[in-house]
Amino acid sequence: MKTIRLEKIRRIFQVGDETVHALHGVTLDISKSEYIAIMGPSGSGKSTLLNILGLLDRPDAGLYQLENVDTTELSDLQQAEVRRHKIGFVFQFFHLIPRLTAAENVELPLILAGVDPKQRKQRVTATLEGLGLADRARHRPDQLSGGQRQRVAIARATIMKPAMILADEPTGNLDRVSGNDVVKTIEALNQQGMTVVMVTHDPELGQRARRMIQMADGQITSDSGGPA
Amino acid sequence: MRIADLSRFSTRALTGYPLRTSLMLLAMAIGVSSVVVLTALGEGARRYVAGQFTSLGTHLLIVLPGRSETTGGPPPMMGETPRDLTVEDALALKRSSAVYKVAPIMVGSAPVSHKGLEREVTIIGSTPEMYEIRDLAMAQGKFLGPGDVLRAEALCVVGHKVKSELFGNESPLGRFVRIGERRFRIIGVMAKKGQSLGLDMSDVVVIPVASAEALFNRSSLFRILVRARDRDAIGRAKQAITDIIQSRHDGEDDVTVITQDALLATFDRIFTALTLAVGGIAAISLLVAGILIMNVMLIAVSQRTSEIGLLKALGAPGPQILRLFLTESALLSLVGAAGGLVLSFGGCLLIRRIFPEFPVSAPSWSPVAAVGVALASGLIFGVLPARKAARLDPVAALSRR
Repeated sequence: MKTIRLEKIRRIFQVGDETVHALHGVTLDISKSEYIAIMGPSGSGKSTLLNILGLLDRPDAGLYQLENVDTTELSDLQQAEVRRHKIGFVFQFFHLIPRLTAAENVELPLILAGVDPKQRKQRVTATLEGLGLADRARHRPDQLSGGQRQRVAIARATIMKPAMILADEPTGNLDRVSGNDVVKTIEALNQQGMTVVMVTHDPELGQRARRMIQMADGQITSDSGGPA
Repeated sequence: MRIADLSRFSTRALTGYPLRTSLMLLAMAIGVSSVVVLTALGEGARRYVAGQFTSLGTHLLIVLPGRSETTGGPPPMMGETPRDLTVEDALALKRSSAVYKVAPIMVGSAPVSHKGLEREVTIIGSTPEMYEIRDLAMAQGKFLGPGDVLRAEALCVVGHKVKSELFGNESPLGRFVRIGERRFRIIGVMAKKGQSLGLDMSDVVVIPVASAEALFNRSSLFRILVRARDRDAIGRAKQAITDIIQSRHDGEDDVTVITQDALLATFDRIFTALTLAVGGIAAISLLVAGILIMNVMLIAVSQRTSEIGLLKALGAPGPQILRLFLTESALLSLVGAAGGLVLSFGGCLLIRRIFPEFPVSAPSWSPVAAVGVALASGLIFGVLPARKAARLDPVAALSRR
C-alpha cells in the first residue's frame, strides 16, 4: 500500500546570484512500514527531500501525496496539523528544550495538541518505559548522555503515534555504541509498523535498511527497492 | 493548546532566564508604581485643598467688592469707581431669609505690642458671627460677644501663635495689648486650627469691626462672609445678596459672590487635571518598559530560534507560536505590574508615615489604569517579536544548533 507518492519534485534555492537545484525532479513511492535509508554526499539534496517529506519545506514544483491527500494544496495550518499527527522528527542535534525535563520534552507534542493532562502523564510514562528511560524522566537534557538524549527525542517523535518517522543523521552526533542503541530503537519502531525514512552518511547504517536510496545533485541515482 | 499549558510553558521559559526576567519585571514595577504613587500624590493634594475649603465652614458664600468683568473701549467720560463694601451692606444682607449668618471681614496689618515685645500681625475686624461661620474654636476665654456691632469696643481675641509670642506660658486673659495707637483687652485665645485659605489663623488678632474701622481709618471691607441657612438655600442666598447690594449701590451690580461649592469645584478640576498630567508623565515610563519588553523578547526569539523550529516541526502552527510569545510578554508586564502595585502601596504607606497630615491615597482608577497600560504596552510591543518568531522558517531555524 502506497502511503507516500512524490512526483517530479523540484526545489530551487537562491544563494546569492546562484540558483541551486536542491531537488531536480525526484519521483518516489513509499509504502507503509518501509525502512528506507537515504544516502549521498553533502549537497545531494537528501536533507531537503526529508524536509519536504516532513512538510517543513514546500516544493517549488511537483506533487506530494500523503495518504491520498495532495499536501501542496494544504494551508500552513493544515500542514501543521499533519505534522502533529502523522510525522515524527528525529534530529542530529536532538533539539531537546534544555530547561525542560526529559518527561516534559516528551510531553510537548501532547501539550501542543491540547491533550488532557491526565492522559498525557500516562502516555509519557508508558512511552518512556517502552524506551527504557523511566528512571531518567526527571532529568534535564544536560544531565543525560548523548544516546539517552536521542532516545528521549525518539520518545517525543513517537508519542503521537505517527505513521512515519523522519530521522536526519540520528547517529551523527553519537559514539558507535550509543548510535547502535539508537538505531536498534528506531528499527524496533519500524517493526511495530511505523514507516522510517533515515538520512545518513554512514554506509554501514545504510546497509541495515531494507531499501537504500542513493542521491546525487538533487536526483535519485539508485533505489534498491525501486518503484514497485 | 490549553490556556493552563500555555501559561505554564511561558512561565518556564521566563524562569529559564532569571536575571533577564527579574530586571524586566523591575522596570515594569517601577513604571507602574510611579504612576500609582504620583497620582496618589496628586489626589492627596486635591483632598488637602478640599479639606482646607471645608474647614472654612459649610454653606459658605464669599462676597468680594468689585466685579470681574471686561470693560473697555474708549475711556469713559466719568470715572468708574467701584463702591466699597461697608458694614452697613453686610448688616443689610440679614434681611434675606436664605441668609443665616453674616460676618463682615476687614483686614489690615498693625504692630501688636505687650511689655516691649512687638509683632506685626494681621488684624481682622469682624463680628461675633464670624465664630460660627468660620468654625473657630477657643482655647481660652471667649470670642467677641454679642452687642452693638457698630460700637467700637476695645476688646480683642488673639491667635495661638500671637499669644505664645507675646505672653509665653502666661495667661493673657484680661491683659492689655497695644494695637497701633490703641489699647485692647484680651478676652480670648483661639485654638490651633491650622491654615485656612492661606491665612494662618493662629497669627491674627480679631477685633470688633467698628474698632477696626477706627484703627485703620477706613470703612471698606475686605469681604463679607455669609452662611446660607442650608445647602439648598445657597442659590437663593446668592441671588438675594446680589439684589440687596445692587439696590444699596444705586442699581450697580458691583460685587462678586463666590460660593464655596464653585471654588471647590474649580480647585477640584485643577487638581484632577494635575493628577492626570502627572499620571500621564509617569505612564511614559510604562511605554519605556514596553520597549524594554520588546527588546528582551527579540533577544529571546533569536536565542530560542532552534526551539521555535522544533515547535513548528512538532506541529505548532504560526498562530500558536505567536500566542506563546505574546503570553510571555503579557506575563512579564502583568507580574511586573503586580510587583509595582505592591511597591506603590509601600510607597504610599511610607509617605503617609512621613507626612501624616497629607492625605496620600491613590484614586481608584489609577492602579487599574496603570496595570491596563502596562499590559497593553507589553502586548503591543510583544507583537513584533512574537510575529518574528511565528514567521521563522522551520528549516533554517532547525539547522542552527
